[in-house]
Amino acid sequence: MTDAIVTRGLTKRFRGGQVAVADLDLDVPPGSVFGFLGPNGSGKTTTIRMMLGLAAPTAGQVQLLGESMPAGSAKALPRVGALIEGPACYPFLSGEANLVRLDMADRTADPKTRPARVDQALERVGLLAARRKRYKAYSLGMRQRLGLAAALLRPRDLLVLDEPTNGLDPQGTREIRALVRAVAGDGATVFLSSHLLAEVEQICTHAAVLSQGRLVANGTVDSLRAAAAGHLVVRTPDAGQAVTTLRRLGIAEVTSDGDRVVGLADSILPETACAALVADGVRVQALAVDRPSLEEAFVALTGEGFDVTE
Amino acid sequence: MSPNNRTGLLRSELLTLFRRLRTLMMLAVLAGVPILLAWAVKAFSGPSGPQEGPPFLYQVTSNGLFVALTALVVTLPLFLPLAVGVVAGDSVAGEANQGTLRYLLVVPTGRTRLLAVKLASVVIFGACAAFTVALAGIAIGAVLFPLGQVTLLSGDTIGSGTAFVRALLVAGYVGVSLAGLGAVGVFASTLTDVPIAAMATTVTLAIASQIVDAIPQLHAVHPWLLSHYWLAFGDLLREPMYTADVTKGLWLQLGYLAVFGTLAWARFTTRDILS
Repeated sequence: MTDAIVTRGLTKRFRGGQVAVADLDLDVPPGSVFGFLGPNGSGKTTTIRMMLGLAAPTAGQVQLLGESMPAGSAKALPRVGALIEGPACYPFLSGEANLVRLDMADRTADPKTRPARVDQALERVGLLAARRKRYKAYSLGMRQRLGLAAALLRPRDLLVLDEPTNGLDPQGTREIRALVRAVAGDGATVFLSSHLLAEVEQICTHAAVLSQGRLVANGTVDSLRAAAAGHLVVRTPDAGQAVTTLRRLGIAEVTSDGDRVVGLADSILPETACAALVADGVRVQALAVDRPSLEEAFVALTGEGFDVTE
Repeated sequence: MSPNNRTGLLRSELLTLFRRLRTLMMLAVLAGVPILLAWAVKAFSGPSGPQEGPPFLYQVTSNGLFVALTALVVTLPLFLPLAVGVVAGDSVAGEANQGTLRYLLVVPTGRTRLLAVKLASVVIFGACAAFTVALAGIAIGAVLFPLGQVTLLSGDTIGSGTAFVRALLVAGYVGVSLAGLGAVGVFASTLTDVPIAAMATTVTLAIASQIVDAIPQLHAVHPWLLSHYWLAFGDLLREPMYTADVTKGLWLQLGYLAVFGTLAWARFTTRDILS
């Protein structure tokens, strides 16, 4: 089976020279729930627009469900449901009429099954009761749900969801998470962009991290968490001897600061290190392994702070 | 692909357009013009002289059909172009502005197909606007004034049935006359994400065309002006019909449709949708 999304050397330079996405190589495996992480302004939405054929890349290629984009739009896009940079609908139409409008625009959608599919999509996002209400009277959360309903109008092989839990309350966020799991359970690939790490950590199998338009990490969520290396931290009055022992055990980057000795924890079990220290006469006061959360890994990769980078 | 869904996009476009309050209000205002006109003639005065008021007005009391013709004459300079300018200017820029354009495109609709449907719906709206004025005029004219034999501009008289057909023919010509402006508006609409800018541009061009047409020194460009043959519909009220200018008018509208339709296509199929 081919990857759901493949990008090679994908680059977008806007007029005026600003580079939004630089030389991006992504492989989204079929059936994965792929988290696309990055701070605001890192190029996530621009990447999604290029994937869906809305914007033309300055350089590089995109393959969507095996079709080269944007030439293969007519073949690939009916199999893709998308939520791009928030929902957008006709304010003077009801939620239901908005879905019908989109479904009628789809040449490959069967008009006979339309009413049933519209009902089902509304039900999946919990909007059945508000179906006849005008979109302009919808709250932000309801709008987000309607956008999701539009993406779920037909069975999809790929869902591209750009910040799907924006504007939702905690209850709504949980429902969306359950929905994404259910869709993925049916075998669809989900490509989910977010700046919320907890979200990605909870539902994604794979993740890529974008920073200033560049890919800074890419892999399974477990490998990303592991790649953000843990540290072995030893507290002891015999710091000098401890450094010697740990180095002899093959631990990398051992440093000491007063009674605190730190080294990379990946190559050795903590209990083995402890036994060796004690055998060498090091009086161990405390020994621990510091595992970073995905959030710390993320900050380490993308830099901290609220400054929007140029 | 089911064949009965071929026209789905156009049908959904028209449904969306005609369910919008703004569209219905514009048509209501257009229908109000012949009603105001007929009421004014009925309530004050009776017939005016041939030299007073807009063309055809003095004939209104003798035959109700002339309400429709007079109304078309008075709505052509501004009201009809304004209505078409609003719908055409909004066609692409309005979707871009509210963000629905990106969702339509990823359905996928295909850019060429979407643009063709936008252009078609603008042309259809122009025809609807012209027929709204004409039919409202005929209806109110039939209520307030006699319908009978009609004396044409050429002096001949025709029966009321034939006259009714002529009036519809005139409305059809006016409708087609707005198609070129519609194409200009759709092109303007592909250039911006701000619908009001595209609307203003379109209406401004319609007015500018009429101003240039009124300056005799610029006669060399007159035959190429969007509005030059708009009032040629009077020729359809002769016996036999004089069709030379009407035909030129139809070709001119077709030319505008082709040129501005192509420009819109060139722009719309290559632009990044970032709204």
